[in-house]
Amino acid sequence: MSHDTHEEVHITPYSTYIIILALLLVLTAITVGVTVIHLGTFSVAVALFVATIKGTLVLLYFMHLKFDNKLFLGLVAIVFAVYTAVIAITFIDYLSR
Amino acid sequence: MSDHSATQSHGLVHRDDEGSKLGMWLFIFTEILLFGALFIVYSVYRFKNQDAFHAAALNLDTVIGTVNTVILIVSSATIAMSISALQQKNKKLAITLMVITLVLAFSFLVNKYFEWGAKFHHGLYPGAEHLMSLGHGQNQFFFLYFFMTGLHAFHVIVGMGFIIFVMRQVMRDELTYNNYTRLENAGLYWHLVDLIWIYLFPLFYLIH
Amino acid sequence: MSETVLKAGSAEPQYQPSYLEMETKHKGILSWILATDHKRIAQLYFFSMMTMFLIGALIGVLIRIELMAPGRTIMDAQTYNGFFTLHGIIMIFMFVIPGLPAVFGNFVMPIMIGAKDVAFPRVNLLSWYLYVIGGIIVLTSQFVGSGPPDGGWTFYAPYSVKSAANIGMAAMGAFFLGFSSILTGLNFLVTIHRMRAPGMSWDRIPLFVWSLYATGWIQILATPVIGITLVLIVFERVFQLGFFDPAFGGDPILYQHLFWIYSHPAVYVMILPAMGAISEIIPTFAQRTIFGYKAIVASSLLIAFVGYFVWGHHMYTSGMSDTAKWVFSFITFLVAIPSAIKVFNWVATLYKGSINIQPPLLYAVAFMFTFMIGGFTGLIIGAVAQDIHLHDTTFIVGHFHYIVFGGTGFAFFGALHYWYPKMYGRMYNIKLANIAWGLFFFGFNVLYFPMFVAGYMGMPRRYFDYLPEFYIPNLISTMGSWFLYAGIILMIYNLVKSRKTGAIAPANPWHGVTLEWSIQSPPTYENFDEIPVVKDGPYKFK
Ligand SMILES: [Cu+2]
Repeated sequence: MSHDTHEEVHITPYSTYIIILALLLVLTAITVGVTVIHLGTFSVAVALFVATIKGTLVLLYFMHLKFDNKLFLGLVAIVFAVYTAVIAITFIDYLSR
Repeated sequence: MSDHSATQSHGLVHRDDEGSKLGMWLFIFTEILLFGALFIVYSVYRFKNQDAFHAAALNLDTVIGTVNTVILIVSSATIAMSISALQQKNKKLAITLMVITLVLAFSFLVNKYFEWGAKFHHGLYPGAEHLMSLGHGQNQFFFLYFFMTGLHAFHVIVGMGFIIFVMRQVMRDELTYNNYTRLENAGLYWHLVDLIWIYLFPLFYLIH
Repeated sequence: MSETVLKAGSAEPQYQPSYLEMETKHKGILSWILATDHKRIAQLYFFSMMTMFLIGALIGVLIRIELMAPGRTIMDAQTYNGFFTLHGIIMIFMFVIPGLPAVFGNFVMPIMIGAKDVAFPRVNLLSWYLYVIGGIIVLTSQFVGSGPPDGGWTFYAPYSVKSAANIGMAAMGAFFLGFSSILTGLNFLVTIHRMRAPGMSWDRIPLFVWSLYATGWIQILATPVIGITLVLIVFERVFQLGFFDPAFGGDPILYQHLFWIYSHPAVYVMILPAMGAISEIIPTFAQRTIFGYKAIVASSLLIAFVGYFVWGHHMYTSGMSDTAKWVFSFITFLVAIPSAIKVFNWVATLYKGSINIQPPLLYAVAFMFTFMIGGFTGLIIGAVAQDIHLHDTTFIVGHFHYIVFGGTGFAFFGALHYWYPKMYGRMYNIKLANIAWGLFFFGFNVLYFPMFVAGYMGMPRRYFDYLPEFYIPNLISTMGSWFLYAGIILMIYNLVKSRKTGAIAPANPWHGVTLEWSIQSPPTYENFDEIPVVKDGPYKFK
């Protein structure tokens, strides 16, 4: 109970948010644009890749993982790793039927 | 002892901002796994019915989907900025940014309403004869489409409620520049709503 | 740690009003059902859970009587289906999953880390309400709608989406119970992260708290999966969606994947806190430092982690691919390693200790015995080849009762006998407690061991009727259930009676050294007058 919080308060400047917002909009334009050109089976991969970049930006900047206590960053990483492993193991079944 | 026993809430535990934020994050983890289970269902059925999913996705309106994506991303930025505003003691700007977030969230729901309405109009809803005639794969696509975007829309509504709740507290100066964790938590929840949509959007609207 | 503690209580301690008698804003029953104090919430859970446990156990006894002889004995087949379903839902979702965390975690965990309460006391109360709501929905589902739910606690699709019985409502009840479990886990994780007393570093946390920490992660990461899966089942029933019904192109095996992605880790929600309680009891009654503290901590975290990836061992006969079968089988075998580490450490702790045989230790030893049998039979059915033969036989029923009843159940009652003097400030009759334990332990083994035999002979589980060749094991099993039930009743009689008339218990009847023994019995509202400063690891006996 002795941990005092907010020893150093981080205030994210508006400009950071504007830059990230711009990046997210550009990435949205890219994914929508990519669907026009047919990439076949790669289109899922590209869509998920771009979505993951967008998600990472949201997590790091909008959700402050980059500036907050690194504990949160570590926990988020573990949760996503566990979830990915669960999907992968489920697909061991479906891919080998 | 006796002076504390008057009330049951432990007033003696001092405010722990980091703790409540950790609580919010843990709750977000459960939400991620909640949707995560649905994404597993989605990927299994998409894997089993690839062509049907492609065909079914053609019925979705990419324009509305893109507009809603832009709306959510912008609203995510505005709620994030309202935290900075409050931290800089700019209460008015903070409230303005929250109102903008709410307006954007509401327009997201309006779009969703029209989008769903159009699907119902075209007989693309579970149990409709037209949808039944399209076969199992397309049925699965639309079951998942309605269930997942519906659950997401439910989270939009909950997130709006959360933002309204903290906005009132900001107005009453219960949340201030040195006590804003609840606003941060509302923001975190709202970003989660955005994060989920970031995956829903390409998986439903952009398979061509 | 003991030195620090003694300093605070060195002067003859003055008895202060305890959490049971404190004056509160509300009077009477309201002071309980609106309580935010973690110890009162623990009591709320305890009483609601014991009620559910006794109902579940009674249904269990009725099921056993029905199976005493081939053919109809006391109930018809549909009632039997409803009974084994209700027995499963009550025992799994309302007793073994929430049991140790919600009762003893709530009661002692904050005290053990030197805190005055959990991080979110009102959320804690909300968890209890969700538990009660879930329980009421499940019980109501028995009496309204189109017949009591059947088909078992696993809600397997497509039966669960097609059965006319009232399954949707029971699934909703389980959903609420899951939510309650999530909030408890969340609360505990934040409490353990943020509210430890000064000096209580991560390597000084008592092992019961560590086990709750590992459990908390499973609760928040696995429970949502079943939550949403049950909602899918309800939607499938109500709105004619076809997620899992093959008639709509659904995949019933996918349901099983999702169900077990939660329900296997849920086994660790049941057993980890049980192991944690045993890790508290054993050092106290051996008056010896726990052997391999760090190994026990690491094994808890490892069990929680690896346990997340083994769910497929419930599905060897479901039509999963062969590759998936051996992968799941392999990972399943890995879980045996950290589990065995714990057992070795407990035995090593007892070795050369000054052993004081008291009811909590008897329960702990019984736990080790039954858990070993449950664990070894688990390895037998973790191997694909054997499981093909044993799947869906009473061998499985024997196995998981040895784990969840012989494991979690014995640990729960061991923890109850261990912390009872702390909870109520009274001591129960030790001799009676020993007799009850003996009946309980004897009855337990007579009840469940014959199931291995019958299952090995090929008797299917969940069947209303059976061939005459299974008569003897079933008869023995049913007679065992009577001893077991008698033991439980005697134990409860002893504890209830001692609550008012038992001898006044001292603050530290067992000479334990974790923080809960440094404060008065029963504890005051705030647990500590002054937050203790911890200077050493746990289990330092003189
Ligand atoms: Cu399992």
